[in-house]
This record gives sequence, structure tokens and C-alpha cells, in this order.
Amino acid sequence: MADVAQSTNVGTVPVKRSKLMKKLQNKSLWRGVVALVGFVLFWEVCSQKLYMGVDVPWIGKIPPPTEVYDEWKKIFFWPGYWESFYLSTARVFAGFAMAQLIGIPFGLLLAINRYFRDIFFPPFEVLRPIPPLAWVPASIVFWPTTEMSIAFVTFLGAFFTIVINVLGGARNIDVQYLRAAKSMGATQWDLFTKVILPGTLPSIFTGAAVGMGITWEVVLAGEMLSGGGQQGGGGLGFFIWSSYMGGTVAQVIVGMISIGIAGYLSSSFIRYIGVVSMPWRRLF
Amino acid sequence: MSDSVNSRGAISIRNLTKIYDPDGVNVMAVDNCSLEIAAGEVCMIVGPSGCGKTTLLNGIAGFHSVTEGEIYLDDELLCGPSKPKAEQGADRMVVFQHGALFPWKTLAENVAYGPMVQGVLKKNEALEKAGHMLAEAGLGDVGHKYPGEVSSGMARRAEIVRALINDPKVLLLDEPYRAMDSLTKSIMHEALLEVYDRTKVTIFFITHDLEEAIFLGDRVAIMTTRPATIKKIVDVKIPRPRSYETLSSEEFRKLVDETKEAVHEEAIKAFEAGERELA
Ligand SMILES: Nc1ncnc2c1ncn2[C@@H]1O[C@H](COP(=O)(O)OP(=O)(O)OP(=O)(O)O)[C@@H](O)[C@H]1O
Ligand SMILES: [Mg+2]
Repeated sequence: MADVAQSTNVGTVPVKRSKLMKKLQNKSLWRGVVALVGFVLFWEVCSQKLYMGVDVPWIGKIPPPTEVYDEWKKIFFWPGYWESFYLSTARVFAGFAMAQLIGIPFGLLLAINRYFRDIFFPPFEVLRPIPPLAWVPASIVFWPTTEMSIAFVTFLGAFFTIVINVLGGARNIDVQYLRAAKSMGATQWDLFTKVILPGTLPSIFTGAAVGMGITWEVVLAGEMLSGGGQQGGGGLGFFIWSSYMGGTVAQVIVGMISIGIAGYLSSSFIRYIGVVSMPWRRLF
Repeated sequence: MSDSVNSRGAISIRNLTKIYDPDGVNVMAVDNCSLEIAAGEVCMIVGPSGCGKTTLLNGIAGFHSVTEGEIYLDDELLCGPSKPKAEQGADRMVVFQHGALFPWKTLAENVAYGPMVQGVLKKNEALEKAGHMLAEAGLGDVGHKYPGEVSSGMARRAEIVRALINDPKVLLLDEPYRAMDSLTKSIMHEALLEVYDRTKVTIFFITHDLEEAIFLGDRVAIMTTRPATIKKIVDVKIPRPRSYETLSSEEFRKLVDETKEAVHEEAIKAFEAGERELA
């Protein structure tokens, strides 16, 4: 569309804007930047203890961003911090990958096979409402190591969401697509690979995005509960917990922001994969 | 059409009855309906909303079973007492009411789908043929686009191309141009007539637009209110190829009026039946 508009300038050579320039000219991006900067400024101003000795309620109790930044500069060189980052991310991705690997085929089977659904859907529905954290004690009993029980609970957190999304997506595929494909001679396998699978992809990615969020939640909570492994190596959840127990509030906030960044990167990653694998949704 | 070069695609619907969910809500949609459609004929189906037009189409296409009666395609039994549900097949291609191009495939990939899954062409051959056929239909430069990127008119034309690549005996269309503006519609009509003149494929075309019915059809079958049966058949003897001048001819207006009157009668019956049900 943009190309057409540009080439109507008869006589002038259409200038192809680079991808980066296009991104920089994107108004949404700038609104986002302004909002983030505004938020940090607001926080800075409100958390200064300059108001005749009176704190601004709530926000006045927390250290200002400048102090958090100083703290973060220190922490930046702790190997334990990066190890925590790495451990949490690894746990999240391991649990998440397992949940996808098992959840997607399981959801698809529920959707396409009545016998499978009759047998597995009822127990699934009974287990689904149990929050992942309620599994922690039982999980610690089942599994020999703490690491395995965290992994298991993480897996569960994403698994149920993924299955429900895949099932819903596959069952909601317009019957006309199936009819059209079948009229054109598609076999059951063609229907599965060329209609049901691509038709379910959007829901698979919705499930992945939500599942990723839950996975982070569960990993961090698991880490806090388990108390981590060796000193400083228990993941970001344990990092926050131990900062709270023995460190500073600024350190806790560094941990929180780190999680925010990690979560943002994870969901960006999923969005990116989604855009690449569903080119038909990248319209205009 | 008497000058039809096509000797295949005759549909014979004999004493067809369709009851939905006979043990439950028990809706009789079609009642003892018979209709003969000649090979290469354009048969238009009109009738009040909810009378059973789509039900009839679904029976022919094999999307659901029929309760009683038979449907034949060129003397081959599609469905009947021994075989309540016709097998779906590429000899009867459907163009759907809301469009059913696969959103995840480009127009060319959509068109290439049939020959590919049937294994008659390899992927690149099928895509090449699809490209040619799209170009023939005036869609040569949008073959690489996804259905969501083109206008509804283009998508519907591509869908007809997707049907035609399978060389069907019959095209089944269920209100394909509903909700299109009149300009787009007239482009669609021209495109369809062009396809028809070239292929002489039998066309079973459901519509609510009576002018469309007369303009396109060799015959217009008017259905009664539910349960549907044929109320009246209007023969359209306007010669082909037809052009937009046809629309203003005396003969055309007379046929539209004749059809309108019959449909109106049924619509009123349907309305009164609805009132009785509510009362
Ligand atoms: N699966 C079903 N179960 C029960 N009743 C049904 C079912 N499908 C359709 N019907 C009923 O059968 C009747 C005929 O439906 P059909 O879709 O064939 O009508 P139609 O003539 O195509 O209507 P429209 O002009 O609105 O498209 C309607 O009253 C409808 O409510
Ligand atoms: Mg209908």
C-alpha cells in the first residue's frame, strides 16, 4: 500500500525507507517510549524524600530509580545475578517446551478423536482448575529432586492453558474449510496437516503467549518456595527472596525489573515466531 | 441450454425429503422435492429465508444425509435409501456463502490445492496451472496474496477458479454474492457468465436476488416455504450471451415480476406461519 502511495509522485524517484527508519517513524513506538520515560520520572519525583519530611504514600516508601540503578550497576557484576537469570530462563523454557511438546498433540487429539476425548477430557477437566502452586507439595513428594519438582509444576502451569487453547482452536475451525478440502479430494491426513494444523496455529500462539506468562509466574514462585540451590544460584525468584531477607529494597526492585525484562523478551520471542510462521496474519 | 456442448453434469433430485434430527427437534426442511437439472444448465434456486435451499445443496454436495428420496448425477446414484449420505467429491464443487478460501494459503496455493491433494499434479505444476487459471480470470497479479489481502469480489472469483481447476461436473453456489454492492455484483456476474460460456459447467445457484436469478439462469426454481418443495419453475428464454442491456428489456422485467410474485406469496406464508408459531 505504502509503495503505491509513494510511486504516485510522478517524476521523483521513490525513496525506499530502511526498516530502521520506518521503525523510528512509528508513532506507537514513540508513545511507548514517552510512557516509559514518564513512568520513571514520576517514580523518581514521588520517591524523593523532599516533601517536608513527609513521604508520598506508598511510592515514597520505595527507593527512587536512581538508587535502583546504582544498585543494579553493582549487581551487574555479580556472577550470582547472571546465574539466577540463566537458571530461571532455562527452567521457564524447559517447562514451556515440554508443555508445548506434549500439550499441542494432546489438544489436537482431544479435538479430532472422539474416543480420546471421551476418555481423557474428564480427568483433564478435573485437574485443570487446580492452580499450579497447589501442586508444589505433592510434587516435592513425587519427585526425587527439587529441580525436578519445579520443572514439573512449571510444565503443569503452561500445559493446561496450551491444551485448552489448542482444543478450542481446532474445534472452532470453520466446517466449510473442512468441507471444501474434502470436496477437493483431501485425505484425513491432508485435512489434519493442511487444514486443522494451520487453522489451529493462531490459537497455538495465543496459548503459548498466555502459557509463557504462567510459566514465569510458576518458576518464580517455585524458586521462592524451594529456597534455591547453592548460594545465589536459585534463580531470580530466589534472588528476590534472599534480597528481601538479607539485602536491600533496591535489590528486590532490581530483581523485579529483571523479571519484567526477561518476561518481555520471552513474549517478544513468541510473537516473533508467531509472525514468521503465520505470514497470512501479517497483512497490510 | 439446448446448445450446450456439455453432456455431463445432469442432476436429478427425486422425491427428496430431509428431516433434521428426526428423534429430537425433528425439523422437516425439504419435503418430497423433485427437480431435474439438465447437463450444462444454469439452474437458479430462490425461495424464502430458511425454506431449505442450503439443505438441498448440502444433500447434493454430500455434506449431510438425506432422509428419503434419491439424488443422481448423470445416472449415478449420489445418495438414496441405500446410501443416505453422498460422498463428497471434486465432481461437485461448492462455492460457499461466506467464502471458504483457506486464509493460510495464497490465492494461487488455494487454487492449486485440489490437483495437489488428488495427486494429479506436482506442487510446482499445480501452482503453475493455478497461475494460468487465475490470470484467465483477471487475477494474474494477485496470485501471491492471501485471501485477507484482496477484496471480497476477488476472493470469490478466486474461489470459483479453485473450484474450476478440478474440472467439476457441477458448480454449487450458495448465495456467493450476497452482501456485495451492486457494482461488484455486476462484475461477478460478468465473470461467472464468462466462465459458464467457456466451460458450460452445470450451475446450481442459490440466491435471494431475483434479478440476479433471471439474469444468470436458464431456469429459476422457486421453492415453497419450509418444508421446501418446488413451487414453480420459471423458464428464462433470454438468449445468451447476455449483457447488461438485458436488464432493461421488457422480457426481463416480466420474468422478474413473475418470479417476485411467486416468491412473495411464499414469503407471506412463511411470515404467517411464523406468527402462528409465536402466538
Ligand atoms: N442442523 C440442523 N438442525 C436442525 N434444523 C436445521 C439444521 N440446519 C438447518 N435447519 C433448519 O432447516 C431449515 C432450512 O434451512 P436451510 O439452511 O436449508 O435454509 P435456506 O433456505 O438455505 O435459508 P437461507 O435463505 O436463510 O440461507 C431452517 O428452518 C433451519 O432452521
Ligand atoms: Mg442458506
